[in-house]
Amino acid sequence: MSVDRYLRQREFSLSRRVFLQGLGVGTAMAGGAPWLYAAASPRPLAHGGATAVLSGREIDLLVAETWVNFTGKPRLATTINGSIPAPTLRLREGDTVTIRVTNRLRETTSIHWHGIILPFRMDGVPGISFAGIAPGETFTYRFTLRQSGTYWYHSHSGMQEQTGMYGALIVEPRDGPRIRADREHVLLLSDWMDEDPMRVLARLKNQSDVYNVNRPTARDFFRDVAADGFDSALARRRMWNQMRMNPTDLADLSSVVLTYLVNGMTPADNWRGLYRAGERLRLRFINGCGNTLYDVRIPGLKLTVVQADGQDVEPVTVDEFRFGPGETYDVMVEPRDDAYTIFAQSMERTGFAAGTLSVREGVNAPVPALSAVEWLTMADMMGAMGHGSSHDGMVMDHSGGGMAMDHMHGGMAMDHSQHAGHFDPLAMPSTEVRHASSEYGPSVDMRVDMPRTNLDDPGIGLRNNGRRVLTLADLHTIGGPMDPRGPGREIELHLTGNMERYSWSLDGLEFGRSTPVHLQSGERLRVILQNDTMMTHPMHMHGLWSELENDRGEFVARRHTIPVQPAQRISYLVTADALGRWAWHCHLMYHMDSGMFREVVVS
Amino acid sequence: MSAVATGIAVWVRLLAVAVLSAAAPSLLAQADPHAGHGADNGAGISSDAPAGARDPNAYADGIGLTTGPYLLPGVAPPHTADQHDFAGLLLDRFEWVAADDNFGAYDATAWVGGTYKKLLVKSEGAYADGELDESSTDLLYSSAVSSYWDALGGLRYDTGPGPNRSWLAVGMQGLAPYWFELEATAYLGEGGRTGLRLQAEYELLFTQRLVLQPRAEVEIYGRNDPKTATGSGLSSATAGLRLRYEVSRQFAPYLGVEWARNFGNTAEYAHAGGGVSSEVRCVAGIRIWI
Repeated sequence: MSVDRYLRQREFSLSRRVFLQGLGVGTAMAGGAPWLYAAASPRPLAHGGATAVLSGREIDLLVAETWVNFTGKPRLATTINGSIPAPTLRLREGDTVTIRVTNRLRETTSIHWHGIILPFRMDGVPGISFAGIAPGETFTYRFTLRQSGTYWYHSHSGMQEQTGMYGALIVEPRDGPRIRADREHVLLLSDWMDEDPMRVLARLKNQSDVYNVNRPTARDFFRDVAADGFDSALARRRMWNQMRMNPTDLADLSSVVLTYLVNGMTPADNWRGLYRAGERLRLRFINGCGNTLYDVRIPGLKLTVVQADGQDVEPVTVDEFRFGPGETYDVMVEPRDDAYTIFAQSMERTGFAAGTLSVREGVNAPVPALSAVEWLTMADMMGAMGHGSSHDGMVMDHSGGGMAMDHMHGGMAMDHSQHAGHFDPLAMPSTEVRHASSEYGPSVDMRVDMPRTNLDDPGIGLRNNGRRVLTLADLHTIGGPMDPRGPGREIELHLTGNMERYSWSLDGLEFGRSTPVHLQSGERLRVILQNDTMMTHPMHMHGLWSELENDRGEFVARRHTIPVQPAQRISYLVTADALGRWAWHCHLMYHMDSGMFREVVVS
Repeated sequence: MSAVATGIAVWVRLLAVAVLSAAAPSLLAQADPHAGHGADNGAGISSDAPAGARDPNAYADGIGLTTGPYLLPGVAPPHTADQHDFAGLLLDRFEWVAADDNFGAYDATAWVGGTYKKLLVKSEGAYADGELDESSTDLLYSSAVSSYWDALGGLRYDTGPGPNRSWLAVGMQGLAPYWFELEATAYLGEGGRTGLRLQAEYELLFTQRLVLQPRAEVEIYGRNDPKTATGSGLSSATAGLRLRYEVSRQFAPYLGVEWARNFGNTAEYAHAGGGVSSEVRCVAGIRIWI
């Protein structure tokens, strides 16, 4: 929410309780599960806003419409077991679980177990893994958990995830906890809209910047003129204007339409997690948003990241991290004071989700101010070329309508000699940019010819902010890659879009015009994703792990969702060990539904 | 009531010609040099793709969304929004115009279709005393030809003083560098009449809500049409500045000034009819889109 809305809501916070909120109270830990932590026995606390916990080998979930009220206006949400978020599932590695999902909606529903490795018929994507769950029907999911860590589950039907269908899924290690904690809290960060998400998408189709409240204005221009001089102010805008790109195009949605939630509670409702002084807390952060990348910090506390996407990583201590929809991070904190604010501002800086960690009810810490909006930089548009002053690193589409402009197509001369005469041509990811033929057309407004390949960039809005911010380069999955083989081949796909038309695609082809990516069963291959857009896309490949590597081909981290920054080219290795058809898409719902989506077939 | 009747008559005629618009795609295919290249993917893939460009279907090994292994019987692939049609309506100008003779004016565009191919209805006109004085309505098929440009083809129907006129229309519209919205449409009418209409719009943001919209429109015709008081050559030009306040992004009242001038024989016809050839008008109106 915006700051002023936040203040207004604070006044009414008591009258604006989430209707369904009470359902969770008192049911937390009702499922027991004392076996969870025989030794350390951290326990979630039951109090206002607590989410129910379900555990065991058999679980029943009910999908239905539920009245909620996050903004002062009652709205119908799609919920699982009547709460937002859905109950936290605490399962155990090695168990075969049976989860019966009954649909009481008037439309088809589904549940996808995000990040869980399972047979493709259990993956829960209508149209790919099954037909979906028709109204009135019950679908029985059954799968064996072959992993542990922090995951989540959500609907994969239409926009039901945006309207409330998401919950945490925690898989306890079979051999007891590997990470010592005195207590833990799940922090499921999400975003809510009162509007029908399809109407919001229709609006974006009509005017793609409709929710951008930080567009450059004449007032900004005159301020820049006053500060830096006319020429500088003009130069700062020239390229953006030539290219018909908006330097504040950081997100499609904003607090104009979104309300930001921690465990289903607005900042005014102030979700609270308790601890005792001296305890070591494990915080399981899950981004369950439809569209929001969050920048998360807890002023006063160092965050030691111990898991990414459910996979243990070598502990790395930071002040802040950014994560997009689909990603999870587990962090350890050791609070000493009485209260801290968990502060998650949205990447486009129009609002924030917030909650409190404290030793008891009623004590709060200050809520930081939103950071200023930063314009995207040349590096965000043009990758490696953006560090110079040249425009040649990127080819803009000035073709068509007899309006073609003559642009220099520089930046194409790459040194290919690095691949010559060495042992293995696939030892390192290729750097030669290969745009698809389908990228040269109306579906694409930007192609990056000299992408950046470094992983140590925290991203726009987080650079040089005085805080130690987590980057992908900081992650090192413990134990190394799951498959020691090098890649047998390389495939390259580009993340593409046309903001003016509000179209999102891969290789310039939306899902409806695409063909699947076929992987040979058992093969190990390299996937290169290059982002030819100005937005960060959290790319989620179902069914298979994505083992991120750096630009030297060295293993970095095992992920299920990999954020790809603007003008960035990243690669990861995949072992195609799961037969069937799988979804692969950007986890921003409006991008996914607009077509930034591929099918993967392993056979 | 007569304005309503006139309006209905216009729209009924438009619906009739809508049937003809089925012919527009083939018309466009001839007009659009890129159309052939997009046959596979339907997006008019530009011939600008270099010879060595990657084949986007190369990873499929012949598998499709509805062919290949592990397909589930009776299950259709996900129907993502790129496969839906969307629609929109922009009432760019709906205004009261203070001039020698006060009148009302409107300028609206409605569309339905997908990301790259749309059916558009564009209409602008003037009314006074509850009657539609003149209107010009285009029914256009729009097909994307590049990132920012759409080819247009269809029909135009004019009402006003004198006989109503119908035209075939072919044009381009899109977004030029520096964010100028441009449109150029050429018309071919009965009896070999020709016309050209050029429009440009810009939006200057003073703040996130206060927006100045400069707008210019020029009409050029191939021959005199005394019955509709239209002269050959540069016929008319208007240039306006409208300052709007966006109460919401979709609803904005505005105030503005507009300069309008008739040239050549159009001006002569105007004089002969007791009108003026040039005037400055004040406008007040609302802009709405849904």
